Amino acid sequence: MTIPVRREQPLPDRSAGLAHHFDDLEQQHAAGSLGMWLFLVTEILFFGGLFAAYAIYRWQYPAAFAVASHEADLVMGTINTIVLIGSSLTMALAVHYAQLGNRKAVVAFLILTMVLGVAFLGIKGAEYHHKYLDNHFPGPDFVFPGPYAQQAELFFIFYFIMTGLHALHMVIGIGLLSTVAVLAWRGCYSSEHFAPVELAGLYWHFVDVVWIFLFPLLYLIDRHK
Amino acid sequence: MDNTMESESKIPEKRVDYLNVDHSLKSWLLTTDHKRIALLYLISITLFFFIGGIFAVMIRLELLTPSGNLVQAETYNRLFTMHGMMMIFFFLIPSIPAVLGNFLVPVMIGARDLAFPRLNLLSWYIFIIGGALAISAAVSGGVDTGWTFYTPYSSTYSNSHVIVMGLGIFIAGFSSILTGLNFMVTIHTMRAPGLTWFRLPLFIWAHYATSIIQILGTPVLAITIALVALERAFHVGIFDPALGGDPLLFQHLFWFYSHPAVYIMILPSLGVVSELIACFTRKRIFGYKVVAYSSIAIAVLGFLVWGHHMFVSGMSTYASLVFSILSFLVAVPSAIKVFNWTATLYKGSIVYDTPILYAFGFIGLFTMGGLTGLFLATLAIDVHVTDTYFVVAHFHYIMVGGALMGYLGGIHYWWPKITGRLYPEGWSKLAALLVFVGFNLTFFPQFILGYMGMPRRYYHYPPEFQALNVLSSAGASVLGVGYLIPVIYLLWSIKYGPAAGPNPFNAKGLEWQTQSPPITQNFETTPVVTEEAYDYSGEEGATVARS
Amino acid sequence: MWSELPLFPEQASSVAGRVDLLYFFLVAVAGIFSVLIFSLVFFFAIRYRRRPGNMAAARIHGSTVLEVLWTVIPLGLTMVMFGWGSLLFLRNARTPPGSFEIYVVAKQWMWKIQHPEGLREINELHVPTGMPVRLVMTSEDVIHSFYVPAFRVKQDVLPGRYTSMWFQPTRAGKYHLFCAEYCGNQHSAMGGWVYVMEPAEYEKWLSGGSTGESMATTGQGLFERLGCSSCHRSEGGGRGPSLEGLLGKKVQLDSGQAVVADESYIRESILNPRAKIVGGYQPLMPTFQGQVSEEQLLQLVAYLKSLKKAERSTTQ
Repeated sequence: MTIPVRREQPLPDRSAGLAHHFDDLEQQHAAGSLGMWLFLVTEILFFGGLFAAYAIYRWQYPAAFAVASHEADLVMGTINTIVLIGSSLTMALAVHYAQLGNRKAVVAFLILTMVLGVAFLGIKGAEYHHKYLDNHFPGPDFVFPGPYAQQAELFFIFYFIMTGLHALHMVIGIGLLSTVAVLAWRGCYSSEHFAPVELAGLYWHFVDVVWIFLFPLLYLIDRHK
Repeated sequence: MDNTMESESKIPEKRVDYLNVDHSLKSWLLTTDHKRIALLYLISITLFFFIGGIFAVMIRLELLTPSGNLVQAETYNRLFTMHGMMMIFFFLIPSIPAVLGNFLVPVMIGARDLAFPRLNLLSWYIFIIGGALAISAAVSGGVDTGWTFYTPYSSTYSNSHVIVMGLGIFIAGFSSILTGLNFMVTIHTMRAPGLTWFRLPLFIWAHYATSIIQILGTPVLAITIALVALERAFHVGIFDPALGGDPLLFQHLFWFYSHPAVYIMILPSLGVVSELIACFTRKRIFGYKVVAYSSIAIAVLGFLVWGHHMFVSGMSTYASLVFSILSFLVAVPSAIKVFNWTATLYKGSIVYDTPILYAFGFIGLFTMGGLTGLFLATLAIDVHVTDTYFVVAHFHYIMVGGALMGYLGGIHYWWPKITGRLYPEGWSKLAALLVFVGFNLTFFPQFILGYMGMPRRYYHYPPEFQALNVLSSAGASVLGVGYLIPVIYLLWSIKYGPAAGPNPFNAKGLEWQTQSPPITQNFETTPVVTEEAYDYSGEEGATVARS
Repeated sequence: MWSELPLFPEQASSVAGRVDLLYFFLVAVAGIFSVLIFSLVFFFAIRYRRRPGNMAAARIHGSTVLEVLWTVIPLGLTMVMFGWGSLLFLRNARTPPGSFEIYVVAKQWMWKIQHPEGLREINELHVPTGMPVRLVMTSEDVIHSFYVPAFRVKQDVLPGRYTSMWFQPTRAGKYHLFCAEYCGNQHSAMGGWVYVMEPAEYEKWLSGGSTGESMATTGQGLFERLGCSSCHRSEGGGRGPSLEGLLGKKVQLDSGQAVVADESYIRESILNPRAKIVGGYQPLMPTFQGQVSEEQLLQLVAYLKSLKKAERSTTQ
């Protein structure tokens, strides 16, 4: 017994960026959106494992982690937080103008977002450099005066891995945005089809949110004391 | 329309299909067709299976005698480690999803491809890169940490290629994540008109549940491997107590993924078995909704039980109690499936084709494997048998007696669809029998060895354990033959097998409503679904067996 | 090889019989369900095979009654297994009173055992029947696991901390000791024998072998040599608290937390003094990491244990 097949509505217009395996743009958009959200879920679990390990050690060695955290550069960290939140604003604006079909504004705001992203990375690089000069880089050259040396090294291992992983995601994000910016410049998007801008925006906001968690966890332990 | 006996024609029809549409190497290596990607995976994982299998052969040869004479201790430790890592990460985890899932998920739901075809191809290349790193680690001497690479041995003491192998597994993990992501999005957004959730084949439900685990669990393994690699490379103390770390933290992070991973390995197989039983009993699966929900239940509960690998690790008594009771709970949905399959056989009209023989074998061996899992969940018994051959026997019953038999059953069932050819039924039945007999002979003695106290990962063992080890190795040789025979006749069938026709088994399911092999876009026009799944009613006298 | 084909381990401890009883219960349940499923599948496969007269399957969708039945029954059985297994596990986790300690240090690839009387063994452990023995264990390098199949006990041995287990041997004899956590090259050779002796024999063995002093005495020597006694004066009033009767006592830390001063606490306080400081004292104690071996740490612990019966000072 076969299942009846029926010819459906007129073939969809394949010119507007619709991939061959989707029936319509709506389906394509739904798939892309769900795909990006699921990908972000995997990223949450990826960082999550790291955060969990950090949380356990922090709970075990509260005094040591507080002392080590005070060595993190609060000024640079705060500037970076503002820079990154700013870049999320420019990203949101890029998506907004994509919805309106304003090609030039989209490209401008994407570029602005990338500039802010690069600024973030630059400041982070300077921070790392200072830490290196202070001998706070984990490994055989690690030096930390006082009784908490061993646990402070543990703190700094997490500091570098967590911020380093975050920075890696920023670099990937900047790469992603540059691709989208080029395609936007070439006129590939319109107010009907701008999903890639939106999805890139989702990724960028996620990277921002990770930093919003990282910053207090690493920089703000016991600062009020 | 009678689409039954036309399958016996010796001359295959010259129609365009996904295989002959383009023969160039480039069309294969740059394909975005999910069916071709499935075949790329098939070739790759078969290679890894035989590499892992050769390691197994050497292990069983070494264990014929109580003291080492075939290889050195160092080599033996690398052999069992590489056997485990190859089989788990490069064979079992991809196997059904990457081969059968990739091929069938779009076809079963009436779609032209997966949601992200290019991502699918990327996942295969990622898998190959990870696999290449693993092979290079193997060739340069391998790793000797056990597939569980516990710290501080793996992070500080081992003198083997931990980082390279870890990198290989890390990269291959992304292949698994992307496959799961692709399936989940596809199942959510690309079902054909009329194909509601509860009309889906149970194969799809199984892959959906598997995708949940792939997406949520694999990233945690990734970060754990990364931390071990960093610890090793920079001599920092994340998990090494000598440097301030906690080795138990490693175990928690590791098992948080690696327990759900075993459900990645078994859930797809459970889905295959449902398909096989439905077709060859000519009946809807008994308790369809319950079976569908049980897959999701296994996926969810599977995330809550990881501590049962750590009952004697130094973990708290309280935590042990919690993990024990949850481990018993996760067994129940699996039991429910077995009962539902058995009930499906009642008043069925059963055909003894090779695929259902694998399904029968699966039911028996999976039941035994699952029941022995209860021993391990029982705290007081686990203290005695953990880290012994009892555990080795338990997981091989599930992985080999279960997952692998399901995989083979599925390969045989859908082979005509994938290749358009039929394989010789006599040989396939013989191979199935050899696998079943060989398997039991190999692994049942190991339960006894385990309770007697033979620890696992042992190169030397006390002489009183020899008899059972010899039995086990004898079984392994039978098992090995059972695995080699299908390779031969399946390859043979590609060129010389009779043409299969679109539906040699007269099965329900959208995949059988299109030609064999399918055209690249699977269907000429999108099907519309109006029936429930497995609606075999009113089929008086339809021919099923083709031999 | 085939003349003796042992299929079941000996029972040589007080818990072995109970563990085996639970095991047989599970074997019975597993056996019954396996036979049930195998038989049903076999029977149905034959009875309902496709042949003229059975060319169409019956249309059966399911049965809520059956679903409930075969959910509830397995659930019930598994809960029985859980309950029984947990009770036995909890019982086995609590060290019975009257046990005496033996200290174990594992390293790649040997077991170093110290009796409190001072006797040392490598890869062998002599114990008497009829008395509970508590092993306090640590590793010098990687994770190992102390496993005696005849006793049905196993416990991982970790670097950087103490784990413990107890058993009470019931039958004299010689039983396998295995390392059960993969630890590298000679993992499978890292074993030996547990010799269980009747109490009289055991006393003879103890007195026969030892020439040295007890662990507590050695520990006391270390305590003085390393300068511990200068701050931790037995009469109190020093820079550090008196350690008389400390072991097993609950102490109040400066963080407000209260912990039990067990062996692990002692070890940690010697190697990482700032981790847990008793309330009312300054963080002055230097670390002795690198200056004491695991065995010496155990000797210090044994010494502090011997102060249990001494009078408690009232510096708190």
